[in-house]
Amino acid sequence: MIDFLPPALLPLLAAVLIAATRSDIARAGIMSAASLGTMWLIWQLPDGIAATAGFLGYTLEIVEGSAVRRLFGTIFALMMLVGGLFAYKLASRVELAAAFAYGAGAIGVAFAGDLLTLFVFWEIMAIFSTIVVWCGATAQSRQAGIRYAIMHIFGGVVLMVGIVGIAFETGSIDIRAFRADSFATWMIFIGVLVNTAAPPLSAWLADAYPEASPTGTVFLSAFTTKAAVLTLILLFPGEPILIFVGLYMVFYGIIYALLENDARRILAYSIVNQVGFMVCAVGIGTELAINGAAAHAFAHIIYKALLLMSAGVVLYRTGMRKCTDLGGLFRTMPLTCLFCIIGALSISSFPLTSGFTTKALISEAAVKESLALVYFLLLAASAGVFLHAGIKFPWFVFFQKDSGLRPKDAPWNMSLAMAIFAGLCLFLGVYPQAIYEYLPYPVSYEAYKPDKLVLYLQLLLFSGLAFFLLLPAMKRTLTISLDTDWIWRRLLYRVSESGGNGLSSGIQSLTGWVMAQLEALRIRCLVYWGIEGTFSRAWPIGTTALWIAVLLSTYVLLYYVLA
Amino acid sequence: MSNIDHSDHWLVRPKTIRLLWIALYAVLALTVLAQLFIPVKGYFGIDGWLGFGALFGFGSCVAMVFAAKALGWILKRDEQYYDD
Repeated sequence: MIDFLPPALLPLLAAVLIAATRSDIARAGIMSAASLGTMWLIWQLPDGIAATAGFLGYTLEIVEGSAVRRLFGTIFALMMLVGGLFAYKLASRVELAAAFAYGAGAIGVAFAGDLLTLFVFWEIMAIFSTIVVWCGATAQSRQAGIRYAIMHIFGGVVLMVGIVGIAFETGSIDIRAFRADSFATWMIFIGVLVNTAAPPLSAWLADAYPEASPTGTVFLSAFTTKAAVLTLILLFPGEPILIFVGLYMVFYGIIYALLENDARRILAYSIVNQVGFMVCAVGIGTELAINGAAAHAFAHIIYKALLLMSAGVVLYRTGMRKCTDLGGLFRTMPLTCLFCIIGALSISSFPLTSGFTTKALISEAAVKESLALVYFLLLAASAGVFLHAGIKFPWFVFFQKDSGLRPKDAPWNMSLAMAIFAGLCLFLGVYPQAIYEYLPYPVSYEAYKPDKLVLYLQLLLFSGLAFFLLLPAMKRTLTISLDTDWIWRRLLYRVSESGGNGLSSGIQSLTGWVMAQLEALRIRCLVYWGIEGTFSRAWPIGTTALWIAVLLSTYVLLYYVLA
Repeated sequence: MSNIDHSDHWLVRPKTIRLLWIALYAVLALTVLAQLFIPVKGYFGIDGWLGFGALFGFGSCVAMVFAAKALGWILKRDEQYYDD
């Protein structure tokens, strides 16, 4: 029974309408109405299960509300609204429609009350995000999209194996807190972690996202990883392995971003870094830590989209995405530069920005649990974020050297979208109560204490000093960095290529053997069913009558004995 | 003002850059000195020391940059690596 319209239906419907609409103004109208309508639906949603349906003897809980689900649903809907504003003039119809269907998948995951519903929306995300990658419309985006799709299909299959296992073992497909302690729960755990870009499969994110269009990457940055963080909060809160997975991701993101030359790939690596903070918080698992993960995901979607919007504007205006080609753009793109700096300060958790008020909850949670090593590593990582995203990104794109490029600043709709998100970064930094109020657990945390301000200002400003003193050591090179995807992009490829001759002769001998067996089978069949075979020979009527008589008398005899 | 070199914008003139460096050092000194008036309690002892944030931030950044450089020797490849 459906007491409540599933919020994911609106953006799905919008995706169909967007695909059928030719005027970009009309598309903008549809996108705004759908996102605002979705947000309204989300805020009408009560706690608990609001819509169910029967399927194969299971009760599907299509819509379930709770504080943390509404928080994620809200930011997904907000992302569709502001992302739509940013993209509506530039992006193709297909890309916008796919982005909305993709967003619908994320919202569906956010409100899924059971594992099967979760899986369906999980796959909707995988399919439509692949289409968004393909809308980059280059040879690289086509190939990266295929690698991306394979990775997510693999993750989806592993997740499904786990769900079937859980359904079989417990008879219930409810979403509830698990521990990774059996085959089935491990499969679910791994399937979800694939989407957070956890090791050893982190490479898909920085491989695929930067190949999408200037507008597509903005949508991609928001949904898949954060829907996976919410799923971890719902399914595996307090799973200690996540602390280590998160810490690895945090430093992986920093190191690879430091090595990278492609401006948008730097930001892609920093998504892995930021999601690492959230995964680590889910691993700590206390109420404060879960609050921190949720709040940080909310803030992160805003400032990461803002940063990718500024990078998207630069790519759109100059056609360049490499640090070595860019530089000095602040002269003619002051607005984009300003919004980029606000985003960069937020991701670095600079005081008065949203990063400061949300990430602090995670550090505080590590302190409360006396996890000294985790606390210090997260602190070092905060310095590292300022290094690789906070300064490196704006510095190399907008300052550095004079590249001679004099592009125009962003079009009005892109500027407005960036202004909205930049404003939110500052608003949540100055007035954190606005988000604390909606966190899953009550918050009694004071973000601004003088001694914490002193500590963080020292930490960040001296990181800045380190950046400028070490600039010679960070000279950009025209290189890419190998990752675990080398195993399947190069090693396995080379093995199959060099082994090609042996392989094809192997296949030939195999098919030869199969054909010989089939021939033998055919001859044996002829013996029995051939024209003169045992079962196809013509029998005299008398023989048949005799057999019928034997069968009937046996039947009568048996009937008499048994009755 | 006539600048012959590429210092077209006031922000990139050598004079401005020198001023920015001086300002940066002044602010850095202030953040450490502020600790004399606002005691940082710290949670684990060591993080309450004078200038802990400064040293820790600077030190971890240096460590990360050089770790990245070292890994770069192994991991860095030409941009066309996967294309051929």
